[in-house]
Amino acid sequence: MLKSEAVTRMFGSKTAVDQVSMTLEKGHIYAMLGPNGSGKTTWMKMAAGLCKPTSGRILFEGEPVGVCSRASIAYMSTEPYFYNWMSLKDVGRYYQDFFADYSGQRYAELLRSFELEESLKVKTLSSGMMAKAKIAVTLARDAKVWMLDEPFNGIDLVARDRIKSAIIESAQPDKLLIMSSHLVEEMEAIADRAIFLRNGQLIKEADIETERTENGCSIADEYRRIYGAQGGTEA
Amino acid sequence: MDFDASIPIWMQVATCIKTDMVTGRLPPGEKLPGGRELAVRYTINPNTAARVYQELEKEGLVEMRRGMGTYVTDSPDRIQALRAGMARDAVRDYLKKMASLGYARREAAAMISQEDEKC
Repeated sequence: MLKSEAVTRMFGSKTAVDQVSMTLEKGHIYAMLGPNGSGKTTWMKMAAGLCKPTSGRILFEGEPVGVCSRASIAYMSTEPYFYNWMSLKDVGRYYQDFFADYSGQRYAELLRSFELEESLKVKTLSSGMMAKAKIAVTLARDAKVWMLDEPFNGIDLVARDRIKSAIIESAQPDKLLIMSSHLVEEMEAIADRAIFLRNGQLIKEADIETERTENGCSIADEYRRIYGAQGGTEA
Repeated sequence: MDFDASIPIWMQVATCIKTDMVTGRLPPGEKLPGGRELAVRYTINPNTAARVYQELEKEGLVEMRRGMGTYVTDSPDRIQALRAGMARDAVRDYLKKMASLGYARREAAAMISQEDEKC
């Protein structure tokens, strides 16, 4: 569904993403893993059509990503992107105007499950509330691909479980979900494939349950093995 | 539910369901939640949830009826056999653990009745 062909992205002399080739299939939840600066966000931004590779290309259903694919690929960045004067209800209306696949009903349902009132103003939201609102509005789209950059950051344990449930509900057989996180333990049970990036390069792609069956190895174990020299995971 | 991330998750969920079958919480012939519902209930990947039922079906413990859903086997004999098998595994685990602590079989067996009197 998404194909990355020798994708490289330079920022000046620094290589943020380095010759990444991989094919991501629908019907799966991918965990994109790696320490800060490993290229996760840059790759996602390119897949979302928000910035261009320096070389190589990313294909969505066979066509290079760009303005058209944005209608089918929902991307949640780590930065906040709502206007301060908006209420959460306004955020929903804003999405309604932009995306044909947006569902106001799903948005209301998700806000309820995350215990957020529609009347809340963006400027009054705590960082955890903001994080939940971003996820709600992103998953309220009936996209073909969802990419969530660090969906669990700044979110308490109870809310994390609600978010996981929402993600699982969205993961239909014809959809593709990609989540980046350095909170590896949070991804163990909900992702079924793992992508390990280091210094912009693809180190390994793995089927998580197969790793457990054949090697008795969790993704956290694998993460420690790959990145051990650079420090462990954060809780 | 907290999973041991180094053991396949389908296996851990399957064990939960088997335990429910043995204790009668899931009686023979009972309809099980759909794959997606199972995924949400245990907060696991939907493909992993599907695998749970596939593996239970291979063991003859559930029956997947096309378009109808998944059902607990209606054979009480199979569930009795499952119960006996799980009990055997529990005893073996106990003996293995005691052996690793340096206890002989006979001592390990004797300790069961000693402790049993106390509780």
